[in-house]
Amino acid sequence: MDSILNLFETAAARFPDNTAVSGEGGEYSYIELADTAKMIGTAICRHGCFRSAAAIFLPKSFACIASMLGVLYAGNYYTVLDTESPSSRVRSILEVLDPAVVITSEEYREVLPETAAEILLTDTMQEGTADEALLASVRSRMTDADLMYALFTSGSTGKPKGALLTHRAVSSYINWVQQTFAFDAETVFGSQTPLYFSMSVTDLFGALTAGGTYVILDKKAFSFPLMLLEQLNKYRVNTLYWVPSALGILCGWDALSYAKPEYVTRIFFAGESMPVKYLNYWRKHLPDTEYYNLFGPTETTDICLWYKVDRAFSEEEAIPAGIPCANCDSFVLTEDGRRAETGECGELYVRGSFLASGYLKEPEKTAASFVQNPLQKDYPETVYRTGDLMKVGEDGNFHYLGRKDSQIKHMGYRIEPSEIERAAMSIDGINMCAVIYDNIRDTIILIYQGDAGEKEADTGIRTLVPEYMVPGRYEKLPVLPLNANGKTDRKALKKMFID
Amino acid sequence: MEEIIAILNSIHPGVDFAKEQHLIDDGLLSSMEIMMLAARLEKEFDIKIRLPEIRPENFQSAAAVSAMVDRLMDD
Repeated sequence: MDSILNLFETAAARFPDNTAVSGEGGEYSYIELADTAKMIGTAICRHGCFRSAAAIFLPKSFACIASMLGVLYAGNYYTVLDTESPSSRVRSILEVLDPAVVITSEEYREVLPETAAEILLTDTMQEGTADEALLASVRSRMTDADLMYALFTSGSTGKPKGALLTHRAVSSYINWVQQTFAFDAETVFGSQTPLYFSMSVTDLFGALTAGGTYVILDKKAFSFPLMLLEQLNKYRVNTLYWVPSALGILCGWDALSYAKPEYVTRIFFAGESMPVKYLNYWRKHLPDTEYYNLFGPTETTDICLWYKVDRAFSEEEAIPAGIPCANCDSFVLTEDGRRAETGECGELYVRGSFLASGYLKEPEKTAASFVQNPLQKDYPETVYRTGDLMKVGEDGNFHYLGRKDSQIKHMGYRIEPSEIERAAMSIDGINMCAVIYDNIRDTIILIYQGDAGEKEADTGIRTLVPEYMVPGRYEKLPVLPLNANGKTDRKALKKMFID
Repeated sequence: MEEIIAILNSIHPGVDFAKEQHLIDDGLLSSMEIMMLAARLEKEFDIKIRLPEIRPENFQSAAAVSAMVDRLMDD
């Protein structure tokens, strides 16, 4: 069967002594990772669970990665929990997931919310032995349609929603990643995103299926840009896949004028719109590096569209979302269900093998988002409605226009907050910004950080957008809040300025 | 020093800033709070905090922050 495990084992057999996982927590070879994962897998098997959920309550670490693979060796699917999120959120994920086992360590067991599941400790599992025969017999019963992981996003009602990804979806996705980007044994990822966030699938498995190295960057380093650059150089990181806000931290401090990441040859970004201001800053300092904009929701494993930056962009422009990945067709439909014309706005739909199977224990939400392809009725074919607004341009590239549910209706106009944000970001003295809408007071609010005064911001915006898109209120913050994934925290902003 | 403790309290209430000596190592100040703090200090003390000052040692305690501010005010 095709799975990440097979791809990982092939890499481990070719490059046994290469470093698989590295960082301040130590350096671990492919052999060490495979052996530890098998020990953990054996211990999980002995609990008699198969095709069941296993929660992992560990910080981003070698033990966490070995546990993820261990869960797969045992034929189960995992959910990585955020050890730093409020215990109420962890508890509500555990309630939905209802895992057979929870994997944690002595240290983290103390902060784990109470659960009925069996608790397994990595400290003891790592001292056991691997039962190869047992693991082989488990593998012979697995299929590529089995679940690999459940990844929880916050649902609109606040109840966590678990997207379910199969081995088939993830290995198909990683095959595309390798065909397109050809990561190899020399690839060293400096990873920023948490292991409970879909972006981590690309750098973690992009590295582990190629004999490359996954460097766990110290989270603290993102507060101290020079420390971050020092780490990138110390571990000879040559590939980044970060959210734009994380790349923006270094622009905000003008960190690249002080030190440069000396080995970085490719930078990928996804998760939110990349402000051209940041891209241009990085390109100015690292002109020989390649830049890629990746786009996709958790429900298409990680990515469904991609774009290699191949020209200069001005700050008023948006970077295209690009073209569909192989085995993952994307198309834009209008509200009345026909294919949008070139340049016409519509909702992005995705079909192909990267798709999630649906949401855990949410038949209604699954049915609402995973639907029969509206373009053909002759045979069953599930497509995913992304809720993203897009248009396909004359150049053949898809262009992101915003979220269907964040579209503002103001003075009779439909407005995309991202359009105002893009305009604001091109103003000197605005380093980061977000637009939110106060429905009760019918007011567009621009929240920004930077030296620009309210008046300068207002004057600047008026030259860039039509009157009806000009914010009615400006709020300046020393710094915009970021959520656990490192993206601008819009929910927090709404709480601060509207509620 | 008292002024700095007051600023710290306004950024992150509920921590005994007079006592804590490992604000960064113990994760009591997030990256966002450090940026907020730096911006506030620049404004209140009319100083410019350049990037080389943004290192863990300068933010581990109220005393460390205060020492950094004193040094920058003398410059």
